[in-house]
Amino acid sequence: MADVNRGNRPLSPHLSIYRFQFTMLTSIMHRITGVGLAVAAALVVWWFLALATSEDYFKTADAVLNSVLGSIILIIALWGLSYHLCNGIRHLLWDIGKGLDLKTAYASAIGVFVGSAVITVLVVILAQGV
Amino acid sequence: MDFQTDKQRALGHGTAHEGTHHFWIQRVTAVALIPLAVLFVLPFAYNLGGDFDEVRAAYAHPINAIIAILFFGVMFRHLQLGLQVVIEDYIHGKAKKMICLLLNTAFCWLFGLTAIFAIARIAFIA
Repeated sequence: MADVNRGNRPLSPHLSIYRFQFTMLTSIMHRITGVGLAVAAALVVWWFLALATSEDYFKTADAVLNSVLGSIILIIALWGLSYHLCNGIRHLLWDIGKGLDLKTAYASAIGVFVGSAVITVLVVILAQGV
Repeated sequence: MDFQTDKQRALGHGTAHEGTHHFWIQRVTAVALIPLAVLFVLPFAYNLGGDFDEVRAAYAHPINAIIAILFFGVMFRHLQLGLQVVIEDYIHGKAKKMICLLLNTAFCWLFGLTAIFAIARIAFIA
């Protein structure tokens, strides 16, 4: 162990070398949604800061978030959060060694896409209905 | 050829000198965020576009306020760790990487503390 080779270890192949696989997409999407959610988080924090400041400021921030563009961003963010949540649970299950075989990994990948879409629609309906 | 003994290598916790700390905190915050995200998003979606006084009253309620504060605190810690990995993977060059990592830390602390301050102010003043 003490004289194990530490300088000339093999590197994992670069992304362009892999044949495209569906499960690859879920992994890349996890990162993209994570980075995208940082932007959404900043917007939501701004809304809370406005709520804590004054009624006028709140009305401005609330109007921005409820505008057409604001709504589109928030619905995409809601889907991103749902996706990151579902796929995150999938990653946590992998961490404890469950669902790592190919068949289950593909099935759960489809489950993540379907589940996140269903959650998004449900929350949007819930928010509109009440 | 490396002359480190096994014990020295274990004590040094690898090249980042942190061992599995980063990995572990990312998982712990991930598990915490499963209920927190759900409990935060539902009242937020409900209150978005609402009347100022009603929304203030909603977030002045201890349960909503505590959940929102917990959510923002844990979420921004999780975000910082996640963005850190993305930066480490895709931003090349020591200086550029270091600047991005510092900006990441600054962004997450700034927005995390702003959110917690805002909700605390609503809860204490309203």
